[in-house]
Amino acid sequence: MKILAIDSSGMPASAAVAEEGRILAEYTVCFKKTHSQTLLPMIDAISRMIDLDPASLDAVAVAGGPGSFTGLRIGSATAKGIGLALDRPLVHVPTLEAMACNFFGSSRILCPMMDARRSQVFAGIYSFRNETLDILTDQRPVRIEDLVKELNALAAETGRSLILLGDGADVYRSYLEENLTAGYLFAPPNLNAQRASSVAVRAFQLIREGKIQTAEQHCPDYLRVSQAERVRAEKEPSLKPGSAAE
Amino acid sequence: MDKDVRILAIESSCDETAAAVVVNGREVLSNIISSQIDIHTLYGGVVPEIASRKHIERINQVIREALTAAGVTLDDIDAVGVTYGPGLVGALLVGVAEAKAIAWARQLPLIGVHHIEGHISANYIEHRELEPPFGCLVVSGGHTHLVRVRDYGEYEILGRTCDDAAGEAFDKVARAIGLGYPGGPKIDRVSREGDPSAIDFPRGKVRGSEYDFSFSGLKSAVLNYLNECRMKGIPVRTADVAASFQKAVVDVLVEHSMHAVEEYGFREFAIAGGVASNSALRLAMEEACAKKGISFYRPSPVLCTDNAAMIGAAAYYEYRKGIRSDYSLNAIPNLQLGER
Repeated sequence: MKILAIDSSGMPASAAVAEEGRILAEYTVCFKKTHSQTLLPMIDAISRMIDLDPASLDAVAVAGGPGSFTGLRIGSATAKGIGLALDRPLVHVPTLEAMACNFFGSSRILCPMMDARRSQVFAGIYSFRNETLDILTDQRPVRIEDLVKELNALAAETGRSLILLGDGADVYRSYLEENLTAGYLFAPPNLNAQRASSVAVRAFQLIREGKIQTAEQHCPDYLRVSQAERVRAEKEPSLKPGSAAE
Repeated sequence: MDKDVRILAIESSCDETAAAVVVNGREVLSNIISSQIDIHTLYGGVVPEIASRKHIERINQVIREALTAAGVTLDDIDAVGVTYGPGLVGALLVGVAEAKAIAWARQLPLIGVHHIEGHISANYIEHRELEPPFGCLVVSGGHTHLVRVRDYGEYEILGRTCDDAAGEAFDKVARAIGLGYPGGPKIDRVSREGDPSAIDFPRGKVRGSEYDFSFSGLKSAVLNYLNECRMKGIPVRTADVAASFQKAVVDVLVEHSMHAVEEYGFREFAIAGGVASNSALRLAMEEACAKKGISFYRPSPVLCTDNAAMIGAAAYYEYRKGIRSDYSLNAIPNLQLGER
C-alpha cells in the first residue's frame, strides 16, 4: 500500500510518499511563500524524483486540523482533489497526533502545541505504549495556563517527564520554563514541527483501525467556529456556536 | 480544431461553489451551482471564512454532479479551468487547490481563469454568433467594469468604479430601506411598483475620466433622503426610493456604455455579471442599443450569476492559445483584467 501524506496546517508545507514501513520521499519547506504556491509543486517534484504514477497511490492522508484555517483548506482541497480524480480514500490525521509521532515509541508525556492566538494553544497530550499512541487528552484549544496545570498534574501522577514541541512551545517557551514543575525537554528543530512523514506513520495506524473517509466526506477539523459565528452567538446567547452553520 | 475540447471548470471566488463541463467554449454539458446564500443572509452579507468553509464541504459533490450531469468521466476531460481571481482569497484557494490536484492526479492541462473574463465569456455560450471585438459592461456585487474586448483573451478596461461596485450599492441601499440581503433582486422587484422619477437622485460622475463610475455619492444621497424624511416626519415610499435609485444607477451605466459605443464604434454590445440580471438595466440597454442600431447581448440569469460554465468558456479560448498554468498557480484576490 502506497500513500501520499500532506501537512500544510502550520508554517511548514510538507509532502511525503510512503509505503508501510518506508518513506519513499519527503519534502518539507518552511518559508514565507504560501502553501498554495509550494504544496503541489512539492508533491509533483517528489513524485517525479521517484517516478511515481499518481494512479499508483492507494490513499491520501492529510493533517486535518487544527491549524491555520486557510492552510488546512489548501491541504484538504489538495487531498480531496486527488481523491476525487483517482477515486481513492482519504485518511484524516489529527495534526497533533501526527506531531506526537515525531517521537514514535517514546514513553514520555508528549505535548505538541500550536499557537492558536487569542491567548490559547491547540494542544493534545499523548504517550506511546510501545507502538500504540495513547491519547491522554484529545487535541483542543486551551489556555496555556490551564495546559501547564494539566501537564504538571499528569507528570506528578505518573512520574514521567515531558517533551514539548510545536510552534506553541516556541511562543510560550519562557512561560513554560517558569511554570512547569516536572522535567521537560523542548524538541530539537528536526523533530519540532509538522512533517508529512509523521502524518504517514499515523495514517497507517488509522488505516489499520479502519478510520478512512471518502474524498467527499473529508473536511478540515478547525476546532474553532469562525469569528462571525462566535460574535453572532455572543449577541444571541440562544445560539450555540456552530449551530449558525446549519 | 478537429477534436472537441472538453473542459472541467471550477469556480469558488465568492459564495457559490460551482463546477461545469463545457465543450469548445460554447456548449454547456452541465452547470452545477451550490449557493450559500441562506447562511450569508443571516449575517447580512458574505462572511469570507464561512464561505471558505462551505466551499470545502461541497466542492467534491459539486464536481461529481457536474461530471455526472454531463454524462462524462474525467477520462473524457481535456483540461481543468479554475477561477484564480479576483475574489475572496480563502474562497478562491479552495477551488484553486482542488483544480490543481485534479490536474496533477490526471496529468491534465491546468488553466487559471480571470473571474471577470469568465463573466464576459458567459455571452459566448448562448450567442454562438458573438465574436470579438465588442464592448461589454460587467456589473456585479464586486465589480463594475466597462471593457473593450479586442479579441479572445484580450481586454482593455475603459472604465471602472472608483468606489462601490454597482451591486454593492444595491445591497447597501436595500439594507437602508429595509429590504435586506441580497439587495439586487429585491430592489428590482420592489421598483416595479415605484415611480423612477419620484426622487431626483444624483448621477455620479468622475471628473476627468468619462468612463469611470462612482456610486458612493448616490448611496449617500439615498441615505440623506431617508434621514431627511425621518426628521421631517414624511412617510417614505420604499418602492419610489428603490425605483429612483435603480434609475440613477441604470442611467449612468447606459450613458457610459453608449458613449463607448460611439467612440469605439462597437457593432455589438454585451452585459455580464450578477447585476446584468436586473430587468431595468436589461430593458434600458436593449432600447439604447436598438436606437444605435447595434446588436445587444445578455446572458440568461443563471449565467449572469457566478457560475463555472462561464469559466469553462473563457478557459477554452486560453487553452486554444496554448496558455497553461503551472502547479504554483495561486489565488490572487485583486487580480487585474488582462493580467497574467
